[in-house]
Amino acid sequence: MRCIINGEMIDLPAHIRTVAQLLQHFRIHEKIAIVEINANIIMKETYEHTAIADGDRIEIVHFVGGG
Amino acid sequence: MLQIGPYTFQSRLLLGTGKFPNIDIQKEAVEASGAEILTFAVRRMNIFAPDQPNFLEKIDITKYKLLPNTAGAKTAEEAVRIARLAKASGLCDMVKVEVIGCDQTLLPDPIETLKATEMLLEEGFIVLPYTSDDVVLAKRLQQLGCHAIMPGASPIGSGQGIMNPLNIQFIIEQATVPVIIDAGIGGPADAALAMELGADGVLLNTAVASAKDPVKMAKAMKLAIEAGRLGYEAGRIPKKKYATASSPSEGMSIV
Repeated sequence: MRCIINGEMIDLPAHIRTVAQLLQHFRIHEKIAIVEINANIIMKETYEHTAIADGDRIEIVHFVGGG
Repeated sequence: MLQIGPYTFQSRLLLGTGKFPNIDIQKEAVEASGAEILTFAVRRMNIFAPDQPNFLEKIDITKYKLLPNTAGAKTAEEAVRIARLAKASGLCDMVKVEVIGCDQTLLPDPIETLKATEMLLEEGFIVLPYTSDDVVLAKRLQQLGCHAIMPGASPIGSGQGIMNPLNIQFIIEQATVPVIIDAGIGGPADAALAMELGADGVLLNTAVASAKDPVKMAKAMKLAIEAGRLGYEAGRIPKKKYATASSPSEGMSIV
C-alpha cells in the first residue's frame, strides 16, 4: 500500500491496516502525536479501528518549540 | 493572579519554547522563569527519527498549561486547522491565534486573525489572539468574546521593546479581558515597562532563548515582571517638569 505521509509518498508493508499499526510501524505510538487522514483528524480512541487505505494523505504532527 | 477563561495563574510570564540552545538549558530556563503557560508550535513529525528528543516529553506537562500557537497559518482556515490538531492531542484547549500577514515584519493579518478568533470561539476554544497594537482591533476581538488580547510590543524576535506605549496603554485602558504583551520584548526593562503600563502579563521567547545565559535571563524576566506589576499596583508618581525636594525645608537655617 502506498500513502502520502507528511507530504512524502511512502510504501507501507501489507500488514499495516490501521492507524495504530501505522504508528507502531514507525515506532512513534508512544509519542505525543496527532494524526490526520485526508484532512480529517483521527481521535486517539479510534486508532485501533481506523483503517488506512491506498492513496490516503496522512499527516502526523506533534508539538515543537515555538513562541 | 492572572485569570484567562476558566484558568488562574500565579505567574504573569508566558514563555515560548522555541530557539533554546538545548533541552537541558531550556528545562532549567523554564523552571527559573516560574512560567505556568508554555507556548508551542504544531509541525510535521519526522517519522523516520522516532528517537529525536522532544521537549514536551522532558517536562512534567501536568505542571503547565500548554498554549499551542497557529504559527505558519496565513489564513483563518489554516489557523483553525492547526488549532484543531493541537486540541486533538487532548493536552490543551487554549490556543494562541497567530496569522501572519507579512513575511518580512511577521506582523499579524488583522482580518484573518479576527475571522480565526471568531471561528475558534464558536468551537469552544479558549482563544488568545496575537494582534498588532491596534486599539480598535483589540476592541473588536474583545467583542467577539476572546479570552485575552495579545498585542505585540514590536516585531517578533526583534527585541525592540514597546514601540508604541501609548497604543498599548489605550488597549489596556479599554480592555475587559487580560492584555498580554506578546512579541518584541528584548530585555527585562521592556517587560517591566509592559507591566507598569498595566498589562496583565507578558509572553516572550527569543529574549530568553537567545540570551547569552537563557537561565539567568529567565530569572531576570520573572523578577522584572513581578517588579513591574508591583509598581503598577503601587501607582507610580506623575512626571513633573521641575524638582521637588525630598528633604524637608524646615530647619534649614543651620547652613
